[in-house]
Amino acid sequence: MRIVLQNDSGRAIYEQIAEQIKDAIMKGDLQPGDPLPSIRALARDLRISVITTKRAYDELEAERFVESIQGKGSFVATQDSAMMREKRLHTIESRLSEALLEARLMGLAYEEIERMLRILWEE
Amino acid sequence: MDTVLDIKGLRKEYKTFALKDISFSLPRGYIMGFIGPNGSGKTTTLKLIMNLMKKDGGEVSVFGQDNIQFERQIKQRISFVYDESVYYEQLPIRAMTNIIRPFYDKWDQAKYEDYLKRFELDEKKKIKELSKGMRTKYALALALSRHAELLIMDEPTAGLDPVFRRELLDILQDILQEEQNSILFSSHITSDLDRVADYITFINSGEIVFCEEKDQVFERYTLVKGGPADLTPELSNQLIGLSRRDTGFEGLAIGHPQGEGLVFEKPNLEDIMFYHTKGAQHGR
Repeated sequence: MRIVLQNDSGRAIYEQIAEQIKDAIMKGDLQPGDPLPSIRALARDLRISVITTKRAYDELEAERFVESIQGKGSFVATQDSAMMREKRLHTIESRLSEALLEARLMGLAYEEIERMLRILWEE
Repeated sequence: MDTVLDIKGLRKEYKTFALKDISFSLPRGYIMGFIGPNGSGKTTTLKLIMNLMKKDGGEVSVFGQDNIQFERQIKQRISFVYDESVYYEQLPIRAMTNIIRPFYDKWDQAKYEDYLKRFELDEKKKIKELSKGMRTKYALALALSRHAELLIMDEPTAGLDPVFRRELLDILQDILQEEQNSILFSSHITSDLDRVADYITFINSGEIVFCEEKDQVFERYTLVKGGPADLTPELSNQLIGLSRRDTGFEGLAIGHPQGEGLVFEKPNLEDIMFYHTKGAQHGR
């Protein structure tokens, strides 16, 4: 599992951990049933506090990416593929809206955006 | 939650300094950083926990038991690393350890020898020949070799070079792999605690400023910077501490103030400690 933390990114450490584990699950690098390191082991590995690590796992659990079994540890949860797709669509939508907002502020025309999108798509 | 250390209304009065009704607690399984400027009462508090001096009021309970009534039992389960050297200067390490060892029920000789090797300590060297850093390492080797559940350290990183300070933090995290172990660690070098501490207790002039999860502390404060003209009276009122220069100002705020031309940053523990202390000096 790959987790790289950035101290000055402006994003909380627990968010960075949760985000990177989520990405690994969505990309399939982590499969349902795969064990995650224990909270304490991961905290030591990343040299961060136990509470920060626990918060990342709590968030992953709340979003059903991960399930914890008392006394056994945390595992990648079985992903509902329809829900996964929904989540990913939502991510794409929100990032596109962000880009569009920026474009509107600049006063770009729709055609210009479309051209830009096509070029990027064909890259 | 299971609490290993619970302090309520602890008081100690000296002629020129007083510990005023301090209260805080440490849940089992975590590291707490105990921070504050020199002379704020850190060592006094730790010594009162260890019953090394007489308190003037309040209660200290360790593992749920009164620290004076159950002193003997409790001390078998605590390791205390002093800020000052408490060993016989004339003795070599080996002889000193032979004197200390019988006091501990759960002494682990193999572990002790591992630490001596890891810390590159020569058993034949006399205590007086050890540098400040070596003394701290020796104290740590003793403290870590007796299966204590609560490790209390008074300024353990003072006098250590950055390389060993990092190694010490790794060792502390190793200890915390066992969920029943907890650590209370006083320091004025806050960079050691910025990452690994779970809880921060901040003491200033004998009073607790806060005791809470480190992440919550970081979320609450914002470091604000701006040019000389950006410091409006409203903004000034929102700042806990302020430092002005000819070219501008920097201050610590709770929450996130608004204002044009301002620059915001996440403070570290040193910023938080500095501005609280400075603010207090200015009567705020």
